[in-house]
Amino acid sequence: MKLFQDEQWRVKVGLAEMLKGGVIMDVTNAEQARIAEQAGGCAVMALERVPADIRKEGGVARMASPKIIREIMQTVTIPVMAKVRIGHFAEAQVLEALEVDFIDESEVLTPADEENHVNKKLFRVPFVCGCRNLGEALRRIAEGAAMIRTKGEAGSGDVVEAVRHMRAIVGHMKRLTVLAKEELMQEAKRLGAPLELVEWVAEHGKLPVPNFSAGGIATPADAALVRQLGAEAIFVGSGIFKSSDPERRARAIVHANTHYNDPKAVLEASADLGEAMKGLDVRQLDEKELLQTRGR
Amino acid sequence: MKRKMKVGVLALQGDFEAHARVLDRLGVEWAYIRRAEELRGVDALILPGGESTTSLKFLEGDGFREAIRRLPAQGKPLFGTCAGAILLAQEVAGLPQPGLGLVDVAIERNAYGRQLDSAVRSGWCALKEGELEMVFIRAPRIRRVGPQVEVLGECEGEPVLVQQGNCLLATFHPELTDDTTIHRHFLELVRMRQTEKV
Repeated sequence: MKLFQDEQWRVKVGLAEMLKGGVIMDVTNAEQARIAEQAGGCAVMALERVPADIRKEGGVARMASPKIIREIMQTVTIPVMAKVRIGHFAEAQVLEALEVDFIDESEVLTPADEENHVNKKLFRVPFVCGCRNLGEALRRIAEGAAMIRTKGEAGSGDVVEAVRHMRAIVGHMKRLTVLAKEELMQEAKRLGAPLELVEWVAEHGKLPVPNFSAGGIATPADAALVRQLGAEAIFVGSGIFKSSDPERRARAIVHANTHYNDPKAVLEASADLGEAMKGLDVRQLDEKELLQTRGR
Repeated sequence: MKRKMKVGVLALQGDFEAHARVLDRLGVEWAYIRRAEELRGVDALILPGGESTTSLKFLEGDGFREAIRRLPAQGKPLFGTCAGAILLAQEVAGLPQPGLGLVDVAIERNAYGRQLDSAVRSGWCALKEGELEMVFIRAPRIRRVGPQVEVLGECEGEPVLVQQGNCLLATFHPELTDDTTIHRHFLELVRMRQTEKV
């Protein structure tokens, strides 16, 4: 594909490649960012409130204050990401001017546009976007996203939605690989995604950008679960700093994430961790409380 | 008797998969390495790009750092790209833990700036006629090169590919291009050391 030859694109996806096998942690201040880096986080996501608090406190959730993001950038040497509201290209312009390393166009914040996402090709900073299925993933890539993550259900501490979304994406990609070439046009129509991306996935059986997991990961075993299901790295939001011992939990999740295929290592990481975040059973949430249905 | 070579790829965090893809293309057997004891079965080790602070965490304890440090002396070459290069360098400013300290260079991390300063550039390489494409991502810079160190590649007048004995170090990502020159050079080095051992 022509897009994949573009130098800008290669450099963006290149940074996403560097984050593979790692843990990206939500932080709300410089002190938390320092803890995340020391625990072995490969990047931090700067935001004003973690998803669990956004859920609890309500109100409009927006891009974090540039002052906090800048303090975090000055504190750690690992890449710093920050979130913008879906479709809010002006917030994205501000983050690019601030020189953050990655922008997350995120359903966790209150959407600014209920129809359209940001045209991510116009930016030199790479974007990551959430998705629940393959169609969403391919639409975001067509818009220029250099990394895809499952949406899961942010701030719930319930891994069920991240699992659902990862299985949906990986399963659909597997099915594409066995379709005949002439069946791909109808499939592209059903997916609502460009034919050439659908053809690429059918040929390779994977996404053309790194495929990470997010939304509800709270324990070392959760990390091992989504990695074994096909996630190439993980985002942990409220799971760390809403637990009783964030430092220890951060280290444990990093350990389990690297050794996700080794149950003994995950066991070692799971021992004596203190309380996990309490969490919310996603089935008890009202439809309108769900964050994952934002964006299309 | 010719023994088949097997290359280890350190898979703690980073673009280890990109290196494995290159080795696949070159028809070389490889294995991901996540623990010290897994080093026993390999003839060389690649340290991929990623975050050096993250990889360093895992080298603490279990004698992992020492096991890697001993490889070059055992005739098992090391190849580090970007973060991997940082791990190999003797002198790195601001690193929370000591790296491997095997190559006599001073390296500055994130020396070009942030992601906005990442770029595809081209430069001179002693292993290739004509320009070599080089992908720099939040790349480090080599600030000093020791007398035992050979410079094999330069970009914009600065050393970006160097070798000291059995250690090869690149501040860019040869694994993110279609050009396999650097990997082939490394594999040649591994092959030479293998024949010496027989």
